[in-house]
Parts: sequence; C-alpha cells; structure tokens
Amino acid sequence: MARSTLRPKAIVPLGDCAVYIEFSDKLDLEVNAVVQRLALAVHARSLPWIRGVVPALGGLALYFDPDHPAAHGDALQAAANVVQECLKESLAGRDEVLRTVEVPVCYDPEFAPDIEEVAKKVELSVDEVAARHAAGDYRVLMIGFAPGHAYMGGLDRKLGVPRRATPRALVAPGAVAIANEQTVVYPYAISGGWNVIGRTPLTVFDASREEPSLFAPGDRVRFHAISAEEFVRMQQ
Amino acid sequence: MSIRVLRPGLLSTLQDYGRHGLQHVGLCPGGAMDPIALSLANALVGNDDGEAALEITVIGPELAFEQDTLVAVCGAEFKGGFPHNRPVLAPAGSRFNVGRAVRGARAYLAVAGGFAVEPVLGSRSTYLPGRFGGLEGRALKHGDVLPLRDPAAASRFSKLKKTSEGSVRWSAPPLTLADREPILVHVIEGQHFGSFDANAQRGFFDAVWKIAPESNRMGFRLAGPALVRTQPEEILSGPTCLGTVQVPTNGTPIALMADHQTTGGYPRIAEIVSADVPRLAQLAPGGSVHFARCDLGMAAELRHHMKQRLETALRGIAWNYGQ
Repeated sequence: MARSTLRPKAIVPLGDCAVYIEFSDKLDLEVNAVVQRLALAVHARSLPWIRGVVPALGGLALYFDPDHPAAHGDALQAAANVVQECLKESLAGRDEVLRTVEVPVCYDPEFAPDIEEVAKKVELSVDEVAARHAAGDYRVLMIGFAPGHAYMGGLDRKLGVPRRATPRALVAPGAVAIANEQTVVYPYAISGGWNVIGRTPLTVFDASREEPSLFAPGDRVRFHAISAEEFVRMQQ
Repeated sequence: MSIRVLRPGLLSTLQDYGRHGLQHVGLCPGGAMDPIALSLANALVGNDDGEAALEITVIGPELAFEQDTLVAVCGAEFKGGFPHNRPVLAPAGSRFNVGRAVRGARAYLAVAGGFAVEPVLGSRSTYLPGRFGGLEGRALKHGDVLPLRDPAAASRFSKLKKTSEGSVRWSAPPLTLADREPILVHVIEGQHFGSFDANAQRGFFDAVWKIAPESNRMGFRLAGPALVRTQPEEILSGPTCLGTVQVPTNGTPIALMADHQTTGGYPRIAEIVSADVPRLAQLAPGGSVHFARCDLGMAAELRHHMKQRLETALRGIAWNYGQ
C-alpha cells in the first residue's frame, strides 16, 4: 500500500465512549507502523477529552469523555478530525526499532498443551514446530487483551493455524501461543483462545516494576528454546 | 483501627473508578462493576467521589467493626438485615452479616474516610487477573483486616439530618436495580453485525439471554441461541471496550465487563451503551437480559438521563449532610 494514500476505511463507534478508526482489516505491517506513529502523535496532543489512545493491528482506538465541552457534543467527529490532522505527520515518519527483547521458552509438551495438535495440523514434528517458532524475527504490533499481552508479527507461515474453536477457561501465565501468523505470550492465568506451544518463565507484566510491561509496541522480539530444568531455575 | 473479616463472602473486592489511560499497555480501566451504586455509597458516608469501597457479590461477607464506623451499603439488596442505601453508624464491637442478595448482584460497602490501602498505578481497585490493587490484589478471605484511613470520620454522622438509632429516616434511591427481568439493555450495532446471518441478527434482538454461570468481572457469557456468521472467516484482532459484545466461534456471546480484555479477536456483534452497563452488572448468573437497538443520539439521552438521576440523588444526600 502506498503510504501517501492511506486513509481511514471505517470509523466504528465502540459504544458511546470510544471509537475505532480502522485503516486495514487485514494484517499489513506497513499500515501497523503508521498506526504506531499515529498513536504517539495523538497521545502527544494531551487532549483533555481523550482518556486513552490505543494502537491496534489495523487501526487506532480512542477512548473519550463524550460529554467533555472540548468535544463539542460530537466526540466521534472530533476524534476523526484529530486522527486526520495527525495522519499527515505520521505518514511522513520513519519506522525505527527501539529495542530487542529476548524471551526464553520451554517447548516441552508439559508446557505446551496444544503443540501436538498444531504439529498434526501443519504436518510437522513437534520439534520442528518449536524450532520454526524460535527461529522467527518478531515485531510487537499491538498490546491488548490483557496487560502486557503483545501481539507479534513475523511467525513462520508454515505455522499458520486458526484459533481454537472454544477458548480455554485458563491458560498458564507465560504461555506462548500462536494463531493467524502471529504469536503471543499470556501474562496471567486467563481465558484464551490461541494454541499454546510453550511457556516462558519471564514475568510479562508486573504492576510494581518501573516498566510494568515486558513488551512495548514496536519492539523486536526473539525467542530461544530452554529445557524444563532451565525453566524451573529461571522461574525461581 | 480496622474492620475484621469473619467470613469473606463469594467475591468481595475493593474497587474505585479504576485505572484510566493505560489501555495502550493492555490494562483495562477495571474498577466498580456498578459505578453508580459506588458513587451513592461514598456520598452517603460523606466521602469524596472516587473513594474505594468493598464490592460485594451475591453472597456477602460477615464483618466485625473494631470501632464506631460510619458505613453505607448501596446497589444490590441483601437479606442480612443491614439497612440499605443510607448511612449507618456501626458501633464498636458490632458484627454485620451481609447475607445473600435478593435483588441485584453487587453492592458497595463504603466507610467514612475510606480504606487504608495503597493505590497501584493510580487506583485502589483490585485487578484480580493481574493480582494487584486493593487488598493484596485479591478478594477478601477469612481473617483479613481492612484498615481504615480515618476512623474519626465516623463523627460525620452527627452532621446528618433525621437520624434515628444509628441510622437515618430516609434513603437514597437504588438507580441500577431492575424491578423485573429480562432487563432491557440498549446496544449500538457492532462493527461485525453485518457478518452474521439473518437468523443471528434477528435472534440477537429477539432472544432473552441468560447470564451463564461462568460469568465474572471480565465478562458475562450469554446463554441463548447460537449466533452463526455468514462469513465465518477469522477477523483481525481489534480494540474492545466496556460493554462490547463479542461472539466466539462457538456462537455464545460474551459481554465485556469491568475487567475486560482491551482487544479481542472475535467478531463484535454489538456495543452496549455506557448508561446501561451498570444495570447489566446487577444481574447475577441466571439473570436475564433483552437487547434493543439504539443510535448514538439515544445513547447520549440515556447517559444524560442516568447522570441527572444520579446528580439529583447526590444533591439530596448532600442536603441531608447540611450542605
């Protein structure tokens, strides 16, 4: 997609206190890079009626106070206007990798309840699934679903499986999972629908840390395999 | 000076209005499921708006007051015999068994001066999935001690009008409790409404949905007809909001509540308007809801109407404090 022609494809009210401004309904890494810069530009304006700015895979969500006087009674329009104003500078910006996060993962079946099913689906051995996952060069495209839960692009296309039909009621904290040519790391024991193929001993989100989230949007991420013994040692 | 927890109840957590502006790191605002009831409870004990209170769910705790404590319980009605929707001076040494909810699902127990817990990331709300905020990031358990920030604040009771035997002869109106079910909840069509087949589109608005037992502060699972899509391909994960109704592949919708996910990969069939979320939050598992379509103009009207009713109630409470 030529950057100069990028414009909102849909302006979707998320109820009456938020809006999603979508640029692409398909995963497009170039569009995502613009969305990241757009989010920073809108955030930098510190508008009093905007409560939150969230870059997503294919667009930007703005959370607002619909009755704030500065929104002039039409927060949806005001939000669309702000995004339009910020779009120009964001299109001109350059894509930069700010930092690389190294993530150790144990791919042993006891930590990977779905790895055998995934291997069967993509017609690879369990070891090959683990090796291909660890070989990837990933970028954080969005943080969402739960605190610090980073959606990363760059998964080996051979590992492209859909989400599970029924979400698991509980996924282990640090569970590394795949779906839709992306990978994620679950921060807590929460309900989740992705295919769990490993687990990291790292703490993904810690509210008492200076930087609560292990990942930030735009990060480069690399995984490397560790044994069950290393997992236990690192967790302590 | 504190309140001792003799029995914790089903799920009792400290909650305020939550943590705003952290969605970009994936943290939802959280906070009280019914912020209207929280606001009334705080006003009734003379607290600043936004103080943390104890959110009590379906089966309430049993508490022992170690000193005279000015307390108010708002939201769901419990049959423990404690007067609702009014300030009550609980004397030192008294015990209070909240009992079981008879109408609504969640009540807020506020104490004058507030609870002495440290804010985490700008809020005293308990965020259970992350195990932080409130009291050690968890629900109350037997033997807990809830410290009070300002026990002397119980003396506010002397400012109140029309007092009688440690309480008052008036009450605040319950603004979020339904007289009957199914309750009516207004929604705006979600981004993916059009991707559902005609039966699902009609069924969503025709059905009476029951709150499924596996519902919690993150989301309410809605039992009813399975919602089928004409375009079953997966959608790109996108942002969600308090009140988003998403439909996993199994066809059972989930209404996202206070501790909701900030993004989701399931199609969003509807968005519940902000004015109606606290009323939905008052449904216990087994409770029923009916959805009606509305637009942003009507959402604003409903929002302003609820705001007016709350402001009228708050003015009434302030007047009784002589303000």
